[in-house]
This record gives sequence, C-alpha cells and structure tokens, in this order.
Amino acid sequence: MDYDRYVNPHIAGVPKSGIRKFFDIVQTMPSAISLGVGEPDFVTPYHIRNAAIESLLDGETQYTSNWGKLSLRNEIAGYLQGRYGLRYDPTLEILVTVGASEGIDLAMRALLTPGDEVLVPEPSYVSYRPGVVFGGGLPVPIKTEESRNFVLTAEELEAAITPRTKALILPYPNNPTGAIITREALEKVRDVILRHDLIVLSDEIYSELCYAPEGHVSIASLPGMWERTIYLNGFSKAFAMTGWRVGYVCAPAPLMDVMVKIHQYTIMCASTQGQVAAEEALRQGREDDYADVAAMRQSYDHRRRLMYNAFREMGLSCFEPLGAFYVFPSIKSTGMTSEAFCEGLLREKEVACVPGTAFGQCGEGHIRCCYATALDKLDIALTRIGEYVKAL
Amino acid sequence: MQNLQIELLELLQQDCRMPLEKLSVMLGVPMADVGAMMDDMEKQGVILRYSPVINWDKTDRERVEAMIEVRVTPQRGEGFDAIAKRIYRFDEVKTVYLMSGAYDLLLLVEAHTLKELGYFVSTKLSVLETVTGTATHFVLKRYKSDGIIFEDEKTDKRLAVNP
Repeated sequence: MDYDRYVNPHIAGVPKSGIRKFFDIVQTMPSAISLGVGEPDFVTPYHIRNAAIESLLDGETQYTSNWGKLSLRNEIAGYLQGRYGLRYDPTLEILVTVGASEGIDLAMRALLTPGDEVLVPEPSYVSYRPGVVFGGGLPVPIKTEESRNFVLTAEELEAAITPRTKALILPYPNNPTGAIITREALEKVRDVILRHDLIVLSDEIYSELCYAPEGHVSIASLPGMWERTIYLNGFSKAFAMTGWRVGYVCAPAPLMDVMVKIHQYTIMCASTQGQVAAEEALRQGREDDYADVAAMRQSYDHRRRLMYNAFREMGLSCFEPLGAFYVFPSIKSTGMTSEAFCEGLLREKEVACVPGTAFGQCGEGHIRCCYATALDKLDIALTRIGEYVKAL
Repeated sequence: MQNLQIELLELLQQDCRMPLEKLSVMLGVPMADVGAMMDDMEKQGVILRYSPVINWDKTDRERVEAMIEVRVTPQRGEGFDAIAKRIYRFDEVKTVYLMSGAYDLLLLVEAHTLKELGYFVSTKLSVLETVTGTATHFVLKRYKSDGIIFEDEKTDKRLAVNP
C-alpha cells in the first residue's frame, strides 16, 4: 500500500527530533551517563504526590472544566501576580493545558493562516518550528549570537520581519543555551514588536530557574505587551513535575476564546490528578514562599557553577548560562561537528550530550549538557569529557 | 547568619568530604573564604563534627538501641540541666532531649547487647536520685534518620535522552 498517498506531506516533511537518534544509541549502553535529559533529577516533592494520591482515594476521577479546575486557575492567577506582576482573570484568561507543549500547539493553531510567518529565535527548543508548521505557518529562524549572550536583539528582530510576519516566539530562559533576557533587552524588542503589530508567544517554562540576582522578567509585564502576549508556563521544570503533564496558557480573552475551542474539542481537560497536584504545589508554595522551588534552584545553581567552571578548565569556550539547567559550551576549537563530537563522546566515553544542531542549524559547534544530574555522576561525566577533549 | 553560610552548611551536611575547591566553585566564592567560613563556624560551635551517617544494621557489629522516656524531679536553681548532665555523661547515652508532655527527658541509648542495655537502665539510670520513673522502648528498625532514608532506591527513572 502506498501510504504516501494518504499522509499529509506537509506534516510528513517535518524532520524528527535530532535528540531521538542519540536516545536509540544510549539505550544500548547501560553504564552510560546521560547529560542529554531535559528534566529535573528531583522527584516531585512528596506532599504534591500525596495530594494526588488523596484525590484518587477520594474518587476524584471525573473530567474537570475544559479550562481546568477553577481552584487551580485561582492559584495560578495569584502566583503570576505575586511572582511576576502579571494580572490574568482566572475565569477568562487562564487555561490549564497538557504541559506547556500543548500551549505552543494551541497558540499556533489559533493564530496562523497559511503563509503566516512566525519568528523563532534559535538555538531554541525543538518543538517551536514543528509547532508553527503544524499550525499551517512558516517558521522563520533568527540566529542569536553567543557574543550577545544568545539574546534576541531589536536589530535581528527588525531584519527578520516581512509583511507576512504575524508572531514572535520568545524562548527565555532558554533551552538549550541557558540564556535569560533582561528587562532592558525586552524593552528594546518590545519597541519593534509594537511598531510591527506582532503577537508574542512567550515560553516562560523555565522562569523559576533563573540564577541572576534580578530574577526573571516577563514580557507580558511590560507596558503595551500584555495585550499582545500569549504567556506559557507549567509545572514541569519548577516543581519537578514533568510526567504529570500540566501547564497553562494565559492570554487576553479574545485570543483565549479561540484556543479554548481547540482545547475543548481535542483534549477536553488536563488530567484531574495532575491538576490536583499542581494546585497543591502552588498552595503550599504560597504558604512557604516556594521552599521546594528555592531548594531545587539552589541545588541547580551549585551544579551550574561546577559545570561551567569544568568546561572552561577543559579549554572550551563556554557561555555562562543564567537560566534553565543547561550549559551550551562551544566545541569549535576541536574542529569537529557537534554531531561527530557527541557521537564520539558517547561511543568512546559513554557520556551522552545533545548536539547543538538539534536546536537549529545555528547550534552547530555547540553541545547541550544538562546539569540536572546527581553530583557524583556529574563529576564522572565531566572527567570523561575532559579526557575525551584532551585526546582529540 | 548569612545565607552563604547556610548554603555552605547544607552542602557539608550532604557531603562533608567535598573538597574545598569544589565547594568554592559551587558557592561561587574564593577558596580562602570557604575555609575561613568553616573555621569560624567550627570555633563558634556551629559545626561540631564532620561525621558519616552509618547504617550499622549492615555491619556485623552487635548493637541494641532504645528510646527511654525518663521522668525526673527538677532541682531548685538548676531546673533539668543538672540531671540531664548526670545522664548524658554516660557513654551509652547518645542523645538527650528535654521534652514537653508526659515525661521530661528522652534518651537514645545504645549498647552492644540487650543484657548490657538492661543493666544500664536498672543499675545506672533508674538509681539516680532525681529519676522518678523510666519507660524503655527498643528500636526494631531504622527507616529514616536525620533526613536520610536508610534503604532508599537511588535509580534514575528518567529516559536517557529527552524530550
């Protein structure tokens, strides 16, 4: 049977994630240490897990509102206002989704018509470009420069805009570079966004993992930006809740109306226990000033310094990451491609990293290493990488 | 106490054998400063000792532990301190707390054998003049102590490469 006749060539043409290939090799190496993960090494705090268990025992096994539990949306509204100065009406402007990933899909499908262009600063998370394509739009990558801390500049943005540009994805704190964007830098891109009347999809899933003393600033908190921002966040990274699949989208009601329509017909609602757990995470956080998050952030910060320092001692140039839990060292001095470097490292030293090219062609010459890994393993991995680099 | 000192204590509590160099990198302060902070806290009695957490159940050493509730008569001018001191000086006594509630002192006592522990209670502890009563509870198994789960599984359940 010729299946090509049946599948949508538009979707079939989207390349598979560059991360998958390494996954397949690592699977055959039980003693390999992986720095290729994109999730916390902590288990969800026990009180959060316990809340979900209690809810199951109580028989809370039904659908929730399409929007998510109102009690959870109320907690989210309070959290966003207290933490980032963002005001969203929990009844009309906050939607609980199956991870922030669903939010990317909803936003793209709600916004795009064929031919619309969406700007994607790169290197960045692997799902943005496919998300744009699935929504029927055209992704337009913008290369961000290491020399400018991988932060999108007004000039780079301006240069990429065409009459067909509809939206900009703003991926900070950034996976894979660990870059954050300051208020000052946000203000500069805001002027361009306003001038060209663009919508911004701001993916702030790593907002709690910001190691700069001034903390994370949301673009939606800047004057003139709330109206044109679709804000994405979730519980995966901050509360070590990746497997629960709970995130949320916030946006002005007219945009939300369209997104909710897609969500209610395709998803119905995020899993009930996931929502209960998420509510517990925020409820307790409100009471103890997010002690769980603070403890995890501190632990990541220690390992961040350790890893950044180790790469520099190996003689590799390394951008100092101030967000998320990745370092993105340059391996250009070895003369190898990212993929060859990672494959050699895995085969010779049994350490898995992700080639920078998985996050856009401009990631060539870099590798992504996740430091959300137990200290003893991190030490071994860094020693092995050091040996590998030395022998090249 | 500064946040940095607390951060250092938390790291040492996880692993007090961590080299000074590594502590310095992880905290983002010069090595000399880390050393000075540790010296200071040792002098102030904040850090009392650098000792490992041992699961004696996994060794061949014979060992019996008991929690003992002790009721005492406090002494004029001394309160409970004098009697606590009389008690904590015994080598068998590993921990002593002054408690609110139905009894006054809670001891964690350790001995090599049941007989030895019984001997301690009957001939050393109960006979102290201010001790009015004791209740001994033997420890059958330790699940968690000082925040450390004794038989915790440490497997990483994450997929090796994701998402």
